[in-house]
Amino acid sequence: MDISFDKVSYTYQPNTPFEHRALDEVSFRINSGSYVAVIGHTGSGKSTLIQHLNGLLQPTSGEVKVGEYHLKANEKNKQLRKLREQVGVVFQYPEHQLFEETVAKDIAFGPQNFGVPQEEIHRRTREAVKATQIHEDLLERSPFDLSGGQMRRVAISGVLAMNPQVLVLDEPTAGLDPNGQKEIMDMFHRLHKDKQLTTILVTHSMEDALAYADHIVILNQGKVYMESAPLEIFKQQQALEDVQLDVPEVIQFVTKVRDQLGVELEYTGQSIAELAKELTRIVKGDRVYE
Amino acid sequence: MSNSMIIGQYIPGDSFVHRLDPRSKIAIIFFFVIIVFFANSVMSYGLLALFAIGSAATSRIPLSYIMKGLKPVWFLVIFTFLLHLIVTKQGEVLVSILGWEIYEEGLIQGAAISLRFFLLIMVTSLLTFTTTPIEITDAIEELLGPLKKVNFPVHELALMMSISLRFIPTLMQETEKISKAQASRGVDFRTGSFKDRVKAVIPLLVPLFVSAFKRAEELAMAMEARGYQGGEGRTKLRELHLGKTDVYLYILFILLVIGLFLTRS
Repeated sequence: MDISFDKVSYTYQPNTPFEHRALDEVSFRINSGSYVAVIGHTGSGKSTLIQHLNGLLQPTSGEVKVGEYHLKANEKNKQLRKLREQVGVVFQYPEHQLFEETVAKDIAFGPQNFGVPQEEIHRRTREAVKATQIHEDLLERSPFDLSGGQMRRVAISGVLAMNPQVLVLDEPTAGLDPNGQKEIMDMFHRLHKDKQLTTILVTHSMEDALAYADHIVILNQGKVYMESAPLEIFKQQQALEDVQLDVPEVIQFVTKVRDQLGVELEYTGQSIAELAKELTRIVKGDRVYE
Repeated sequence: MSNSMIIGQYIPGDSFVHRLDPRSKIAIIFFFVIIVFFANSVMSYGLLALFAIGSAATSRIPLSYIMKGLKPVWFLVIFTFLLHLIVTKQGEVLVSILGWEIYEEGLIQGAAISLRFFLLIMVTSLLTFTTTPIEITDAIEELLGPLKKVNFPVHELALMMSISLRFIPTLMQETEKISKAQASRGVDFRTGSFKDRVKAVIPLLVPLFVSAFKRAEELAMAMEARGYQGGEGRTKLRELHLGKTDVYLYILFILLVIGLFLTRS
């Protein structure tokens, strides 16, 4: 689904001393089927932004469009339910939302609310646990008996079982071990491609943004600070540093090598192996001249 | 969510009322609540109102806040006022509407009771507006101090109070977070029959309880790891001190009491 924000502002607790403008005339577009990373500091408005995607928050002014659904200020959308079925949100620490007696029931909770038939729920549950690599033996266990990592996977399965068209991920791997992080991120990327989802990833990890996203939106103090393809964004190291953001390590490395050796080297998405080859060629090539 | 929850919200400031020792504030409010019931003439009510309004003014809390704090009790005030109008049948009949007679005494009684309500709530909410919860618990611990002699667990009680106060905002945030997560999974908290709405609360309550228990356990562990033990021999980071301002307050209050008894009819 195409998503667009048109001059969206959101103010918390308006007309009180605690008034806080979290989003300030934010405008951008997300094409259907793209993988967008939203980056920004704590308090930059990321969480507020994603809550507009399924109508948890309504803009104070401006308009949000998600596919055929429109969210405007002071206008009640009567199709919120349908919108929420199509936009799956994996919140930070989603394991906190588990509550059912068994893993299977918890995964089925979302689809049940949206009136999916029992058989289809079964099929989706099996599909979801396969994707998140939860062993089927765990389905009849209580979610509270599982380890933290397993609980996270169960909670994610619960969102996947809704079969959303748009997947919103708010730091889905925070607090997981490095292996688990990679597994989960790879899983989301695979789903994104296989099901042609529109994915919005909120993250602090520049590495993840570079590895998975095809578009990056950087927020700073409630405004869109930069917006472009990852390689374009990471070329502007100074601008990023101005808002205390880093460039991925691999790009930092390439820039340092280029500046110190004074050679022609550009990061264009090469793998580590390809980079190594390129470097060897440069270094060896220099030796030939000596 | 927290917009209507004004009662018990501390508003930082540096006024005369803010700087008073919380023990003085609690004691004065305690006695004020008692003497309010002794007032019975216009003058005596006037004196009490003057004291309450004066304290509110010196606290520099915006009037709109104090009014918001009164919101939850408006119903009670109006209800008792009407009750007095209907039930009391003394004095002259003032007006008669559709055979329902309003007596002079009823009007006076109703007005007096409503005024009492306002005074009580205004003064007590002033306590929570100008005193941090921690100060209040410290003060209660000190004021209940004598009960230690009869083995009453004063310190533990104060600790329980401050811990629960400390976790109210945390639990509110948690509630909001979980309700958003469940709303995203299709739970509708706002519409549907009563039964549906009660059912919708379960996915909210279970995670909330789970996390509250987990948090309690973690807190207990952290306290134990730092060798926490009860009140005996434990010193305080912030000691309470009675200052000159407190003495002024006492003098003022004693004058108020004397004035009240002089103006009673």
